[in-house]
Amino acid sequence: MGSKQIRSMTAVLAGLLALGASGAVHALEWYFQSPATQMARDIDQMHQWVMWLIIVIFVGVFGFMFYACYAHRKSKGHPADQFHENTTVEILWTVIPAVILVAIAWPVTKTVIAQKDTSAPDLTLKVTGYQWKWGYDYINGEGEGISFVSMLATPREQIEGRAEKGEHYLLEVDNEVWVPVGKKVRVVLTAADVVHAWWVPAFGAKQDAIPGFLRDIWFKADKTGIYRGQCVELCGKEHGFMPIVVRVVSGEEYTKWVGEKKKALAASADDPNKTWALPDLIARGEKVYAANCVACHQSTGKGSPPAFPPLDGSKIVNGPEQGQIDLVLNGKPNTAMAAFGKQLSDTELAAVITFTRNSWGNKASDVTPAEVKARRK
Amino acid sequence: MSYAADTHAHDDAHGHGHHGGYGGIMRWITTTNHKDIGTLYLWFSFIMFMTGGAMAMVIRAELFSPGLQIVDPDFFNQMTTMHGLIMVFGAIMPAFVGFANWLIPMQIGAPDMAFARLNNWSFWLLPFAALLLIMSFFTPGGAPGVGWTLYAPLTVQMGIGMDLTIFAIHILGMSSILGSINIITTILNLRAPGMTLMRMPLFCWTWLITAYLLVAAMPVLAGAVTMTLTDRHFGTSFFNAAGGGDPVLYQHIFWFFGHPEVYIIALPAFGVVSQVIPAFSRKPLFGYASMVYATSAIAILSFIVWAHHMYTVGMPVTGQLFFMYATTLIAVPTGVKVFNWVATMWKGSLTFETPMLFALGFLFLFTLGGFTGLVLSLVPVDIQLHDTYYVVAHFHYVMVAGALFSAFAGIYFWLPKWTGKMYDETLGKIHFWLTLIFFNMIFFVQHFLGMAGMPRRIPDYPLMFETWNKISSIGAFGFGLSQLLFLYVVLKCIRSGEPAPQKPWEGADSLEWTHLPTPVPYHTFETPPVLK
Repeated sequence: MGSKQIRSMTAVLAGLLALGASGAVHALEWYFQSPATQMARDIDQMHQWVMWLIIVIFVGVFGFMFYACYAHRKSKGHPADQFHENTTVEILWTVIPAVILVAIAWPVTKTVIAQKDTSAPDLTLKVTGYQWKWGYDYINGEGEGISFVSMLATPREQIEGRAEKGEHYLLEVDNEVWVPVGKKVRVVLTAADVVHAWWVPAFGAKQDAIPGFLRDIWFKADKTGIYRGQCVELCGKEHGFMPIVVRVVSGEEYTKWVGEKKKALAASADDPNKTWALPDLIARGEKVYAANCVACHQSTGKGSPPAFPPLDGSKIVNGPEQGQIDLVLNGKPNTAMAAFGKQLSDTELAAVITFTRNSWGNKASDVTPAEVKARRK
Repeated sequence: MSYAADTHAHDDAHGHGHHGGYGGIMRWITTTNHKDIGTLYLWFSFIMFMTGGAMAMVIRAELFSPGLQIVDPDFFNQMTTMHGLIMVFGAIMPAFVGFANWLIPMQIGAPDMAFARLNNWSFWLLPFAALLLIMSFFTPGGAPGVGWTLYAPLTVQMGIGMDLTIFAIHILGMSSILGSINIITTILNLRAPGMTLMRMPLFCWTWLITAYLLVAAMPVLAGAVTMTLTDRHFGTSFFNAAGGGDPVLYQHIFWFFGHPEVYIIALPAFGVVSQVIPAFSRKPLFGYASMVYATSAIAILSFIVWAHHMYTVGMPVTGQLFFMYATTLIAVPTGVKVFNWVATMWKGSLTFETPMLFALGFLFLFTLGGFTGLVLSLVPVDIQLHDTYYVVAHFHYVMVAGALFSAFAGIYFWLPKWTGKMYDETLGKIHFWLTLIFFNMIFFVQHFLGMAGMPRRIPDYPLMFETWNKISSIGAFGFGLSQLLFLYVVLKCIRSGEPAPQKPWEGADSLEWTHLPTPVPYHTFETPPVLK
């Protein structure tokens, strides 16, 4: 080996080491996240047992192959045998794998049945997938009536590389889901637009959210903590940006949270009869816009046409109020424009519509909550 | 098989002697010769392989670091979608049809394919389909960003590029069905006297079964995309719950096509490997009959396992159990095949030229992909791994280390017969080792990413996944560059390779080696060979 090769190999090695060091900031994750439910532990166990079995078979079969590669080489003068069948061996290696498969399938069957058993929950949570956020409704059990939307809290600047990325980059949300430890939580899933999938790896719980249908799964967390996951079914442009954060807390903390959350929700509910000054309404609208609209229509209002049309200079935004209110309330079929009437209050809708009508180059009339209410069907 | 050397009426025609035909480009457009058409298929698939590969480079470049750097998420989705469609329908499938065209007539002692003009048409449909796929990038809204599975109802949100893709799939499907009918007819009707079905080289067997799979599965896909088209434009609600339809229905229809599709890609690859391993072991294929039965069993089972791609849609428990048991069953005939290949090598007289290296790479890595498939067949484990990078790793082990490695093995194996010249063995071996190392660098680490929780089809990811993604991306760039070496090896072989003997591989025993000169004349077996 010439010195040139040695030098280039050293360079490659150094590069790989540097790479390893850069990753060392975050421990190398290479296995399932530490399980927080019995189900996730069962899955882990099952995976390990199947994996060991596979490794044994793999080593066995390829032991034969590599031995043949070593010992039955022409260069070692090994003459070619001409045998080409052996009924006994062929029957054996059909039957034995079949038996092994039964040995694998039997214990797995019990887990499959347990996984589907969503009966007798302590708490029922409805999860709705939207492009691109999750809606949560506590529909049964302690906390019934709590309802909120949860979306990515990582600032755009971090995603676009204009700011240092935080520890929970892409795995942080504005509204976390709280559940009590040791309670069976039934999760009922649906979606408003396209298929999404809700997954918390530490719970071993994953289920597609299918528009127009309800599907359910369950989990029972036995460790308190914060558990993070992501949408796992391609749902359009921002598919990579709709995380799930579940905070598992003790019963007392949960009860406390339920009380606070209910109070907070009541307090933040807007008085529908309040008269807003225009600057206040626009300021409120800017916040709503940043949370719901900016991913597609952009902070510049230029959108990314043609899939996501610009609002700046738009005929609809600068046109009659009713046209824009109807569009925002009901969405536009067969596009990513959702029906926000189901997600936002009259005040929020009025605010965001007014904001878009008075931002960038737009100059149009403002919209009041009462006007929005009047257009709801 | 005894020798009855084909003293050939057209030896003077050597290579270019197509009587009365056109020259230049018109030769290729009007050709009805199975060898010309085989060549066209192979070059087309290589161009598509490079196109789809370029898209993979964009994907891996974006995923090199967390954050959005190079492309926006919409374009990223278009890349993943088109990478998948182009590689499956443009690269791998046509490559094996190219092998079928070149080899089936020669291996069964037929003068050409049964429907020569139809054969020309089957090929020339493909460039138009490819053009439609590529054109979709230049329509308003760009290419569809829905994944190669084209799941409803995301498809209704896409622009006109979606419609172009649907038409492209219709045309690709037509091409496949016509090609398959041709292959079935050729094998069943044009075998030389004495070439019984159970004496055919295994490659012909795997293609016969594949052709039946294609005829059965492609219309199902055509149906699925047509329903998508009418949902988009003509007010139907097949997949729209608000109109009484069901989005999951799409997934059932798609995967009823999609799982046989996996074997449409894998079976011809099995066929190639079943020619290569005995040749370099200098020993007949072990368990020929059981290979035929195992291939048939895999084909039949492939129609009753589709919903294992859908364990997380919320099927009833009985449905999940049925599909789990049926799926694990496939491991039995697949295992038989692997055991047979290893037994073929056992006590042989092995040499390790490039085709054999790729065949062994196939055997080792495809089996690894098969085993991760077994892991994924188990419902509870799959619930954890579904739609993560584990699945991406799994199917690339099957598609790349399986089908692509086998295609490379086949190309190196038959290149001397096709071109009359030897490729550069050293460069071929370097190509193998680079491909092997970089392949594992890309995809082995993706198992870890999937287990640790990285979803597939995301343009950006949490920080804990950074290291594996960097390794994977570097591997991908290396893999891409290594394929340029492959192009160089092939071109060098065609332009300046050493002349090849009639039978450069000592252990090769099918008709194209034993009965035909090298390079193989333009017309072969105009009078059928005599087989005893």
